[in-house]
Amino acid sequence: MLRGFTSELNSSRLKAGETQLKVDNIQLNFGGLTALLDVSLEVRQSEILAIIGPNGAGKTSLLNCISGLYHPQKGKISFFKSDEKGGATEQEVTRMRPHQIAQLGIARSFQNIELFRHMTVLDNLLSGCHIHMKSGLLASMVYLGAAQREQIKFRQFVEDIIDLLEIEAHRSKTVGSLSYGLQKRVEMGRALAMRPSILLLDEPMAGMNSEEKEDMARFILDINEEHGVTTILIEHDMGVVMDISDRIVVLNFGQKIGEGTPQEVHNNPAVVQAYLGENRVHLPNQLPEN
Amino acid sequence: MISGIFHSRYEDDMALRRTHAQKIRLVILVIAFITFPFFADRYSLTLANQVGIAVIGAIGLNILVGYTGQISLGQGGFMAVGAYAAGLLTLHFGMPWWASTLIACLFTALVGVLFGIPSLRLKGLYLAIATLSAQVIILWVVTHWTAVTGGNDALVVPSPTMFGIKLNKDFNFYWVVWSIALIATLLTVNLFRTRFGRAFIAIRDQDIAASVMGVDLFKYKLLSFAISSFWVGMAGALTAHYRSIVTWERFTVDVSVLYLAMIIIGGLGSVTGSYLGATFMTLLPVLLTNLGRATKDTFPIMETILPFLQQGVFGLVIILFLIFEPEGLNKMWKNAKDYFRLWPFSY
Ligand SMILES: Nc1ncnc2c1ncn2[C@@H]1O[C@H](COP(=O)(O)OP(=O)(O)OP(=O)(O)O)[C@@H](O)[C@H]1O
Ligand SMILES: [Mg+2]
Repeated sequence: MLRGFTSELNSSRLKAGETQLKVDNIQLNFGGLTALLDVSLEVRQSEILAIIGPNGAGKTSLLNCISGLYHPQKGKISFFKSDEKGGATEQEVTRMRPHQIAQLGIARSFQNIELFRHMTVLDNLLSGCHIHMKSGLLASMVYLGAAQREQIKFRQFVEDIIDLLEIEAHRSKTVGSLSYGLQKRVEMGRALAMRPSILLLDEPMAGMNSEEKEDMARFILDINEEHGVTTILIEHDMGVVMDISDRIVVLNFGQKIGEGTPQEVHNNPAVVQAYLGENRVHLPNQLPEN
Repeated sequence: MISGIFHSRYEDDMALRRTHAQKIRLVILVIAFITFPFFADRYSLTLANQVGIAVIGAIGLNILVGYTGQISLGQGGFMAVGAYAAGLLTLHFGMPWWASTLIACLFTALVGVLFGIPSLRLKGLYLAIATLSAQVIILWVVTHWTAVTGGNDALVVPSPTMFGIKLNKDFNFYWVVWSIALIATLLTVNLFRTRFGRAFIAIRDQDIAASVMGVDLFKYKLLSFAISSFWVGMAGALTAHYRSIVTWERFTVDVSVLYLAMIIIGGLGSVTGSYLGATFMTLLPVLLTNLGRATKDTFPIMETILPFLQQGVFGLVIILFLIFEPEGLNKMWKNAKDYFRLWPFSY
């Protein structure tokens, strides 16, 4: 089913289990509102880490801090990548701009689909390859030799992702014309086209029916198991979270109130009280906002 | 919409002309372009040259506005930069026309980048005002820096020559302007097959997502201003060499609006649309004038109201397009092609 990839989907060279991202006591304020307070967590190579918490808990804000869209007022975020000697080098990303963080292979999807609406599926995925394309401006405009070969090479790579996500029939369609579920898939594909070292998924299954959810969960697992891509997943559907994540971090009112394996979190009294207690084990599917 | 056509190699699927119909159309177009000047009278040639210049300018503006989503009202000003720079270089430094044109384009690109800096903070209407100020500032400099530009007096540019042939004759200039239009077309079409063009469109569609994909917004917005202004400067430089006379009146804010109308009517974010819009807006006044002349005996009043009518029709056409076909002539052309491709089974 999985076709051999012409190039690696995962750009991180750390060994599984090594610390890849460290969030250290970050605090994020919006005026008087504290969206994140003293949040710390570690993400390890090749794990699926779920972040859960009620609406407004600060989950999206945390991802935005990691991808450089927000800058926390306090604390530090570090990214680790392997060096030539096989060790890991630390790089602080707290103050870096989004496109610089993208260069590290930190890829993401958004809670409210943020695709390039007027592009085709293919072009959306190809724009995900931006950081890996090297041809210069003049060479690109002349489009001969190396510049053309580069485009063909990435077209092949992107076709692998299209196969993986089973969107062959839609590759030449404008994404604005696709159904909501398909757009979510394309958005994940665009993030995969970056050859992510870490994949950040903000509610990839929100607003989907159970069949679509199942497909999506399968893709996330495939990508993680076959390619070892580290995944941070925000999701409200507790069934899915318990099923596919290795570890879970629980946020509530901007603070971390629990962390551990699905089983540990399930048995954590603080979590149960804040989040799972009020019969919210199976939250209703959130409707898309747009 | 191309359905039912399949390719087995990515190269073929990624080619610019993918179907037989497309290739045949291209051949017909090329033959028409090559034979046209041998049959056309002088007046038609003048019009063809004007259209050619407008096409280059419209492609330039479309790169910035249509593809990158950065609205600009500075078109007239940037064309003035190209025209004056080219004219002055040819006049004072005795440069060959092509060298002064190239340098003028690069200089316009630089000026474009400079006035593009506000785009890093401003969007939409605010950016429109900022680029309008570029227009005003440039024309102010042109009219007040009398020692260099001649101020309100016209700048007279020596005739461009090549191999001893005067290029500003209508027949000769036809080949110059349309060769350059062809180059501009190819380079632009190719640009949008690569990461640069995709980054521009990404910025237009969703700039935050673009930055998270690794697109440096700062760099790519300015790059779009540079490439766009290069071609706009080209339109200006060609005007200077074609007319041999450069005056500031040719580059007022009316020109900025006219070019915006071209790309809106032709189709934003489309090279074909730039062609259609530039042709349409250049020929519309001619059509109206001819219509006026033809009906002058039956409706004598036409003569007097025609100038007003022209402005009115201009505005009306723009509004009609915005309401009924916001994607412009390009979309209508696509629809027509789809219709005939499926004809007679078009249901
Ligand atoms: N750009 C912003 N400006 C002001 N306040 C913000 C901004 N972004 C988020 N917030 C606030 O920060 C808090 C956390 O929001 P966030 O979007 O991170 O929550 P969430 O956990 O993702 O919730 P949901 O499950 O609804 O997506 C909320 O109170 C929100 O109103
Ligand atoms: Mg959220």
